[in-house]
Amino acid sequence: MKRTGVIPRPKAEGPLRLQERSLPSTALRAGATLGMTARLDRRAFLAGTALVSVFPFAPGRATPEAMAAAIKEVVGDNAIREGRVTLDLPPLIENGNTVPITVSVESPMNEADHIKAIHVFNEKNPQPHVFDARLSPRNGKAVIATRIKLGDSQKIVAIAETSKGEFFSASADVIVTLAACLEDLT
Amino acid sequence: MTQVLINAPKTARKGEVIELKALILHPMETGFRPGTNGRIIPRNIIERFTASWNGNEIFRMEFSPAIAANPFVSFFAVAAEGGKITFRWTGDEGFAVEESVAIDVA
Repeated sequence: MKRTGVIPRPKAEGPLRLQERSLPSTALRAGATLGMTARLDRRAFLAGTALVSVFPFAPGRATPEAMAAAIKEVVGDNAIREGRVTLDLPPLIENGNTVPITVSVESPMNEADHIKAIHVFNEKNPQPHVFDARLSPRNGKAVIATRIKLGDSQKIVAIAETSKGEFFSASADVIVTLAACLEDLT
Repeated sequence: MTQVLINAPKTARKGEVIELKALILHPMETGFRPGTNGRIIPRNIIERFTASWNGNEIFRMEFSPAIAANPFVSFFAVAAEGGKITFRWTGDEGFAVEESVAIDVA
């Protein structure tokens, strides 16, 4: 969409305010110690934002590699096929703290052929696991809905394990505008 | 005090696939966030949710810190016989809550 009718804001103020809102309290504190409160120093501000971008998830972060490793742990050496799984979550997420997610898998769900487990993984939260669900023919339908947290725009992968030992997967890319874990706690 | 909300039909036809929804009040603290004092708030999550139908486990789900606060879960079950559906949540700091609903199957 074109924003032709918008009145331009003073240059120094606009982007800064945006930044402040999306930064965690630690960032503001880091910025303050660097003399940001006294005068708006561009270097200090940039140093502050750099600190934040390095430390928001200091205890370690899932990466696409970590997700691949976590998937490998579940799947082993079996092949993963696309299809049968539908992963339903909003493509654009305003608030990463509660994101509705529905995983449904096509399956007759009888003794001979049913979905044994559904696993969901992410690539940029602190840990690659989201949830593991165990199902049986008693479920009748392999559909699960829940709400999850997302720390960043990323790819979500759902993997379904059938009773025959096959693995099916689906993935979804999501854009998160306000990440979980970064809200101001004060 | 723990609050639980369960949404399940009171009656069902035999063999019908019914949806069961369960919501529990819980902070699901991830253990990755710093608090107001700058220190990391210790992890406090629900690790496991199970549902049993007349004592037989029909559904189990392992949570990670990536499950949102006040975990909500919806799943399906075949109404095989009337009786009691029990939902159980267990987690960090000895958290254990159980809630049951009765169902008539005709």
